[in-house]
This record gives sequence, C-alpha cells and structure tokens, in this order.
Amino acid sequence: MTGHFVVLAQEAGVSNEFAQTLVDGISFGAIYALLAMGFVIIFKSTSVINFAHGGLTGLGAFLVAAFVTVLDFPGRYVTVLPEWGQWTLNVLTALLAAALIGVILERVFLRPMVGEALFAVAIVTLGLDIVVRTITNDWIGTNPRPLGAPWGLNVVDLGWVRIAWSEIVQILLTVILLAAIALFLRSRTGVAMRATAFDQETARAQGINVGRIFSVAWAIGAFLAGVAGIFFSVFPRRATGVDQATAFIAFRAFPAVIIGGLDSIPGAVVGGFAVGIAEAAANTYLGLEFLGSGFPGIVGYLLMLVILLIRPYGLFGTPEIRRV
Amino acid sequence: MRGRPLLHTSYESDQALLNTTAKRVMFGILLLILVSIPFRVVPGLKFLGQEDWLRLLSTTAIFAIGALGLNILTGLAGQVSLGHSFFMGIGAYTAVWLGGPVGGPFIGLGLPIWIWLPAAGIVAALIGIAVGPTAVRVRGLYLAIVTLGLVFIGEYLFRNWNSLTGGAQVGRDFPRLQLRLWNEEAPLVDFTTSGSWFGLDLSGTAKSFFVLTLLALFFTLLAKNLQRTRVGRAFMSIRDRDIAAEIMGVNEFAYKLLAFGISSFYAGIAGALLASFVSRVIPERWDLFLSVQFIAIILIGGAGTVTGTLLGSAFVVLLPRVVQNFTLWLQGVAVQGEGILASIANVFVATSSNDFGLVNTFAGVGPGLSVAQLNLVLYGLLIIGFLIFEPLGLYGIWLRVRNYWKGWPFTY
Repeated sequence: MTGHFVVLAQEAGVSNEFAQTLVDGISFGAIYALLAMGFVIIFKSTSVINFAHGGLTGLGAFLVAAFVTVLDFPGRYVTVLPEWGQWTLNVLTALLAAALIGVILERVFLRPMVGEALFAVAIVTLGLDIVVRTITNDWIGTNPRPLGAPWGLNVVDLGWVRIAWSEIVQILLTVILLAAIALFLRSRTGVAMRATAFDQETARAQGINVGRIFSVAWAIGAFLAGVAGIFFSVFPRRATGVDQATAFIAFRAFPAVIIGGLDSIPGAVVGGFAVGIAEAAANTYLGLEFLGSGFPGIVGYLLMLVILLIRPYGLFGTPEIRRV
Repeated sequence: MRGRPLLHTSYESDQALLNTTAKRVMFGILLLILVSIPFRVVPGLKFLGQEDWLRLLSTTAIFAIGALGLNILTGLAGQVSLGHSFFMGIGAYTAVWLGGPVGGPFIGLGLPIWIWLPAAGIVAALIGIAVGPTAVRVRGLYLAIVTLGLVFIGEYLFRNWNSLTGGAQVGRDFPRLQLRLWNEEAPLVDFTTSGSWFGLDLSGTAKSFFVLTLLALFFTLLAKNLQRTRVGRAFMSIRDRDIAAEIMGVNEFAYKLLAFGISSFYAGIAGALLASFVSRVIPERWDLFLSVQFIAIILIGGAGTVTGTLLGSAFVVLLPRVVQNFTLWLQGVAVQGEGILASIANVFVATSSNDFGLVNTFAGVGPGLSVAQLNLVLYGLLIIGFLIFEPLGLYGIWLRVRNYWKGWPFTY
C-alpha cells in the first residue's frame, strides 16, 4: 500500500519535497478525516465502536462504481445535464443507497444490542464487517472496478508542487462536508443527536426519538465512509478503481479516531489530518532500506501509541469518569 | 453425599474441579472417547479416525490452547484484546528461531523441542508484559484499538523480517513435533511419522493427535485451576469492578500485567504448535482474522468459562468442514434429487457454472459466494447471532438444557 504516494511525490523534478509531502498528507488526511468523522458520529450518538466502517467504505465505493458504470442510474435519464453532472447525480444516488444500507444494518443487527456491554456490541460490528466485506469483495471480483471520475488523471503542476485534480476536489469536498456537518449539528435533528450523545435516557425522556437518531447517525456515517471510499479508489491513490483491498483503508483511520479522542468530532478531523501528514512524511523521509515495505501503513498506530502514553483519552477526548 | 451433589462438607470437595459425580463420569467418558478415536471403536464416531478428521481435531486442540489464553484475558480479567494473533506469531517465530535448522538462509539454532516450545511461550509472555503498561493505561474500547494496532505492527514486522520469517507470501518451514535430547539425527520420539507405540500401529497424524490433546488437557487443567486460585479471583474482581478491586487491595496494574502475560504465554505456545503442526506458515497467517477467530471461539463458546472455550474451539475449527460437507450434500440434492427439496437446494447452491445459487463450488465462476467466502460470512453471522441471541454462548445453551432437566418436571 505504499504506492499510494509514489505517483506524485516521486515523479521527477518536484522542486519542493516538503511542500509536496504536506499537500499529499493533507489530501490523504482528508480521507482519514472523513472516515474518522463518520466513525465518531456513530460512536457519539450510539456508543457503538463501529468496526464495520471498513466494510461500509468498500460497499460505498462499490455502489458508486456500480451506479456509475453498470447501471448509469439516474444519469442516463437526465440528459439535460453535462457528463460530469450525470456522474455527480449517479454518485449521489449511490451514496444515498449506501446510507440506506447503513440504516438497515443498524436496525437489523445493532438495535437488538441496545443496552448490552459495549465490548459485545463492538464484536458484533466486527462480525458485521466480515460479512459485509466478504459479500462486497465477492461482487467486486478480482479486477478493480473503475469509478469513472470526470477529472480523470489530470494534475495541476504549480512548479513547486503537483496536485492532482482529484485531490483538489477531495480537499474541497471534505471542507464542504465538515461545514455541512457543523451546520447540521445546529439544526433540530443535530441538536437532538447531540442530546442523545450526551445522555440517551434523558434525551428519550425529553421526547427525542432515539431510534431515529441512531438511524440518522448510521446514515451519515455510511455516507461519509462512501465518500472516503470514492476518493481512496481514484487517482492518485489507485488509478484503477475499487478493489478488494479498499475496505481495509478504514483500519488505518482508527488511529485517527483515537488520537483525536473517541467522542470528539473536531478531534477526529484533527486526528485524520495528523495521521495523513504522518504517513506522507514517513513515506517521503523514512523510506529507509531497513524499514522495509509498508511502514507508512503502521505510522498511524505508532503515533497513536505515543499520544496515548501522554493523553490516554486522545487529544480532545473527555476523560471517562468512573464511579464504583 | 449421594443425591446431594451441591452439599460440600470439606474444603477439598468445595474446591474440586470435578465436584459432582456427573462431571467425573462425563470427564471419564470424554477421556475414553478421545483415546479411542484413532482406533475407530466407538460406533457413530468412527469417521473421526480418518486422517483429515484427526488433523482437524489436532487443530482444535491447538486452537483450544490459544483460546484458553484469550479466555483468561478477556473472559476472566475483562481486558478486551484483539492482539492474540500477534502473540501467536511471536511464539511461532521464537520457536523457529530456536528450533530451526542451523545454517541455511534463515535464522535458526537447532535446539530441541523441550527448549523451543516453552521458550515460545515465555518470550511471548515477556512481550505481553512489555506491552502491558500501555494497555493498562487505556481502558475498554481504546484498549481494543491499541491491541488492533499490535496486530498491524506485528504483520508489518513479520512481513519485513525476511531472515526470520521467510518474507511476505513465502514463509519458511517450522521445526516438527519430534522429541530429541539435543540435536541428534534421529529423534527419540517422533510424533509425525507412523510407527508403533506399545505394540499398536499408529499413523503420524494419530500420534500428533495424542500429544496435542494431552497438551490441551494439561493447559485446560491449568486454566481451570486458575479460576479457583487467588490470582483467578483477583482477575474476576478486576473484570467486574476494577476501581472497587483496587480499593480492596487488588493491585490492578500488577494483575492486569499478569493477565496479559499469562494469556500471551498460552498464545505463544499455541502459535508455536500451530506453525509446527502445519509445518509451513507465511507471515500473513498472523492477521486480524486469526484474532477474530479466537474472539469468536470464546464468545460462541461462552466467555469466562473453560468448558465453553473448549466447545467454542471445536465449533469454530470444525465449522468449515461441516459447511463444506453440507454444501456438497446440498449440491447433490439439487442435481439429483426431485421435488421441492431439490428446488430449494437449487436456490442455495449453483449446480453448474451457469446456474444461479447463493453458493457455488465452481471456483470464481458466476455470482454467489465460494465455499471459503461462505465460511467467512457464516463466521460473521454466527458471531452476531450468538451475541444477540445467546450471550452466554454454547455453554449458556448447555446450562439452559441442564437446568431444564434438573428441575423437571417442575418448570421453575
């Protein structure tokens, strides 16, 4: 998986290695930030550690590939839009489908576990991840599925740094989604979600439909995971598309969640970018012979272990108050 | 006392591991059956004596040892750990470092089994204790992700340490189950080739089966005994309310470290045995899925109970084989049978490359899952199912059955 940064950072003639690393780190960090944010939203609202986030990522990306290339739905009916407009419509439909599947999974598998020990629920999501990932990988097959991004392989070359178009879209979209989530948390449903995250029973007593909040949380989480999956599957990460390894990207986002603190959404974003930049830095500066291959993949976990030694609840997490 | 199995009149009988006559009888029967399996004398269980089933049962014994370790850590001491496969890998590679052939392309010291097997456990335990302080500092779900990180760091290490592990996707051969005094050519006792013991002709698989089952029984005894000692009670108090335990004088830090150490010891031994039994293992073997298998074992069997762990390991290890036989049988019904049963079977199994089915045995062709993928999906569904419907696992099911008959004909 090291090859993700190879394409841009090591092409000949990049004059400013540090700036390039920073740009790569921020763009990769955007993916991790999206994944971490979805994870933390689910955790805050439902207290469930969602090990199935990887499965949702692969599923979201696969659905996009299916809707764009095979089904071309509903793009083919809306001919008034240009190509990229149809593509965007297809992608949105696919992401909505992914969100719907997230809601169904929560309803079927996690609603019966409300009130059970958190460890048991986490393991249920682990089992769910295996199921979703296996079925999705079976549908994906052995060859990567292209996502047909309209910006293709284009790169913006500023001389001192090269940014791929998809990286620009990715960073822009992440910022937009962050703003959207921040705004959403001020809306009526968003406040209800914050109330549920704070104290489920009291929120219920106040008349908030907690079950609906769970569904909304999982829908948002699945949506964000799908978006992250899309950007992980296009150039410069993988020029070819979504394949069976896509679902494993989420495991590299878990350290981002812990670094930021399990119950802090801004922390998740900060953690995501931290892990992204750390990985980019490791890839550029620590490509040492004796470290072998795949070292950037575990840099996130090493960073997490270091931060946990200093702050056991993450950078922005609230310390747990335990009563006997 | 007759007829009053729960009335204990001495400390020994209260503390006894097999404290009722029923338990003693069942245990005796179990031992007899285990001994007789390779000789195929028990009607109905004769098929277990075949080579492939013996291999499966030996693998069950190895997984049971590993699962007992995880049971001590998670079920007894309450520490969530997804890192079990990391410690198994450590055990396996310690074993091959000490026991592998000298010279050659890989590291090896050529020591005999009575050195490398305990050493595998001890080194894994030491690393478990070294990991301990970080793990103790975090709690609950943070701990799960820290141990998850261990698995990935371990995978990275094993993949890149070519001189020890053989390198990614390649692996190396592991020392066999053979007892030598030092490093003679011919082993004193060889558990891998066929020969005769005490006048009985046994295949290599049968010999391995006996020695592995013996080891598993030994470790089961250790684990069961742990529950009734001071250390075991300390673990349970930490699991239930660790702050209260600390106030009562249970040194939380020391006991959590001990729990990690003991469970890693078991994992190291299991890893070394697994690698030795399978004889060639690639570094990717010690991945997250192996850890998930162990979690599945203790959750399906019943967390915190030794009997449950043993039941769980038998269930999880034998599941793929049972699923495979069942799929083949279904396929036979779909192809040759008539009537509604055949059409139902046809929905589930693809009868040829063009047929639709949820599962197909024709590798890679057509929609539907391959048998390997079906196994994975079943693992996931079983984990979910047991956690939702029967949190106490197979042991819980057994408890319900037993309690029903205990109080029969009264329902309460």
